[in-house]
Amino acid sequence: MSWTRKILRVNLTTGSIATEPLNMEWANAYLGQRGLATKYLVEETDPNVDALSPENIFIMATGPLTGTMASTGGRYSVITKSPLTGAIACSNSGGFIGNEFKNAGLDMIIFEGKSPTPVYLYIENDIVELKPADDLWGKSAWEADAMIHAKHQDPNLKIAVVGRPAEAGCLYASVMNDLHRAAGRSGVGTVMASKNLKAVAVRGTKGVKGLDNPAEFFKTVSDGKKVLADNAVTGEGLPAYGTQVLMNVINGVGGLPARNMRDVGFEGAENISAEAMHEPRASDGKPNLTTNGACFGCTIACGRISTVDKTHFSVKDKPQYHGASGGLEYEAAWSLGADTGIDDIDALTYVNFICNEDGLDPITFGCTVAAAMELFEDGKISLEETGGIELRFGSAEALVASVEAVVAGTEFGKILGMGSKRMCEKYDAPELSMTVKGQEFPAYDPRGIQGIGLAYATSNRGACHLRGYTIASEILGIPVKTEQADSDGKPELVKAFQDATALVDSAGLCIFTTFAWGMEDIAPQIDAACEGDWSVDKCLEAGERIWNMERQYNNAAGFTADDDTLPKRLLKEAIKSGPTEGQVSKLGEMLPIYYEVRGWTPQGVPTPDTLSRLGLS
Amino acid sequence: MQKSLHLDPAKCTGCLQCEMACSYEKLGEFNPSRSVIKVFTFHEEGRFAPYTCTQCDEAWCLRACPVDAITMDLSSGAKVVIDDKCVGCKVCTISCPFGTINYVQETGKVAKCDLCGGDPECAKACPTDAITYIDANATGYDRMKAFAEKSLPSANTTS
Ligand code: SF4
Ligand code: SF4
Repeated sequence: MSWTRKILRVNLTTGSIATEPLNMEWANAYLGQRGLATKYLVEETDPNVDALSPENIFIMATGPLTGTMASTGGRYSVITKSPLTGAIACSNSGGFIGNEFKNAGLDMIIFEGKSPTPVYLYIENDIVELKPADDLWGKSAWEADAMIHAKHQDPNLKIAVVGRPAEAGCLYASVMNDLHRAAGRSGVGTVMASKNLKAVAVRGTKGVKGLDNPAEFFKTVSDGKKVLADNAVTGEGLPAYGTQVLMNVINGVGGLPARNMRDVGFEGAENISAEAMHEPRASDGKPNLTTNGACFGCTIACGRISTVDKTHFSVKDKPQYHGASGGLEYEAAWSLGADTGIDDIDALTYVNFICNEDGLDPITFGCTVAAAMELFEDGKISLEETGGIELRFGSAEALVASVEAVVAGTEFGKILGMGSKRMCEKYDAPELSMTVKGQEFPAYDPRGIQGIGLAYATSNRGACHLRGYTIASEILGIPVKTEQADSDGKPELVKAFQDATALVDSAGLCIFTTFAWGMEDIAPQIDAACEGDWSVDKCLEAGERIWNMERQYNNAAGFTADDDTLPKRLLKEAIKSGPTEGQVSKLGEMLPIYYEVRGWTPQGVPTPDTLSRLGLS
Repeated sequence: MQKSLHLDPAKCTGCLQCEMACSYEKLGEFNPSRSVIKVFTFHEEGRFAPYTCTQCDEAWCLRACPVDAITMDLSSGAKVVIDDKCVGCKVCTISCPFGTINYVQETGKVAKCDLCGGDPECAKACPTDAITYIDANATGYDRMKAFAEKSLPSANTTS
């Protein structure tokens, strides 16, 4: 076993706290974390519940490899229904809290109901208490984190916490942990705050034990680490440059969207790239990047720790932002930068700090600002409505003012807090929202790179790169190179990536391992840690089962094939220049084949045969 | 040849593989809270630093112990706590200037690094070589070499 076999169930309405055994039959079919927690969600809630009502449940879950020496085995996920999309939400985070849950003896925590007053959950091994959080309410995630540490006089407490936008109902609030790691997407922080749950603080010292086959485990885990160390991406690229290694690469191949995806190709890309983060700056001779950092157990260490230039307008009078903190990852650098047309790396780093400090998804925030900039330039939002912010593409001042408006909850901040779909509908320009199922795109253009468009359109949590990262194949040639302009073979590729990713997310591992690891590297580690026979085939089948289960949830929540689409801009407006000039997304060609490959009807519904093959009927 | 743990904070990423390896070696479980090598994060500075016992030749802890529960492993030079003898009086924890020997509530004894009998698990687990186990006489050589390189006459001045 590598599950602790124990679940904590917290009813916030009544304040009752109980433990129960993990359903091992389900664990054997859905593994852990994403898959297993989704199974609980599906079994325990109606897919049509209002995401922000007490009837929605909110789950924090680890995987069987969380807290072990398997490289990157420190992850946890938040699973709930998303208020942004209305679809299933599963947001994965690294940092250190996943291990702490496991060391406190817990596989997952299920929160039900809604507390009458603000509370936080305190866990010290078997001591579990809901404590009043009235003093923490209204505080940023960082401030609340510091206050909880001070209260318990325990620097080793690991804390997951929401910031002020979550409390105010911003639809893309994240759950922050360990200061700068986030369960970032789909508004999971908004759900947490809707339950009056400000934070979860945990200290675990019980030890993670009971490996099924220790000798085999250490062998497979060392083999795995060697593969990561020897691989150019996980052994060199990610530690040195982080995910930001992609900025110039993706721009170079004509895949970098800019200015609310009006353009492809960003002239300022170099200024906001990994290479730029290494450049010493004029004021103090230091580069933006201080060092790289790892999440728990990770031998890759892609994390960026950065500083903002102390003389930069954003922090000049704010010494509290002069220290090092979580720096730019690629997706955030793109959404806050290229998508808004801003190439000021200090402004982006500062805004990223604020997104961490107060728990905002930087992808959705940046894209929403980008959409607002287009609305503004088209004359659809007035200067009065923006509260005086000159929302022009390329304006770092406007971006900084926007993030401060969301945090402060100003009138315009609240509008930005709706996300681009609701905002663009409000201003009668729904076509300007670059979203799928209401969630904003990450940093790869579906016109320039075909497979990722299909992955976005069919992603179970709305537009997302982490549900099927075909960029690995289409750009980096991992595991095999496919042509970015081709739509042939992409449905099969997307399905393979989606299923494998679902399994990796369910194991407690980081998806970045898959730049180097295939299922033949991953399955043996799971198999050695866990009871049961976790062969490559069983892992892939479990991945497919999880994907189909999520799909069924969404279908039951009212989603149809019509929602598996992309904004008109990406289907109709050809790329204007650069290496991918003239291209649009060929989604229409790929989607029917994808349904077929999946064993779904032309309406996107899993057939009875598919369901019974996967044990889902 | 006697060997020492050589710690290089500049290389550390804070991954805690060393803490897991240590606790697994000592307890058969992954339990960073019980590791005797500790990695500290200095958030504002953006730095990580592994730290553990340096195995002093004239060890304060060994001298302070009133029941001779700390002895020297002659093969590795490590100062080792004999659990059966330790009475948990904590005098050693007061005497150690570095804080690297600590009381453990769960056992009622103290715990410190014993170099795993001369084959330290943390060094093997560290992916970045922030922890290495090397010739005890040469732990400064990598820094010496870095400075030696700086003293090289540059290509310009020799040509
Ligand atoms: S690869 Fe990066 S995100 Fe993944 S676990 Fe390692 S440090 Fe964290
Ligand atoms: S294993 Fe090495 S890199 Fe990781 S925390 Fe320990 S000393 Fe640092």
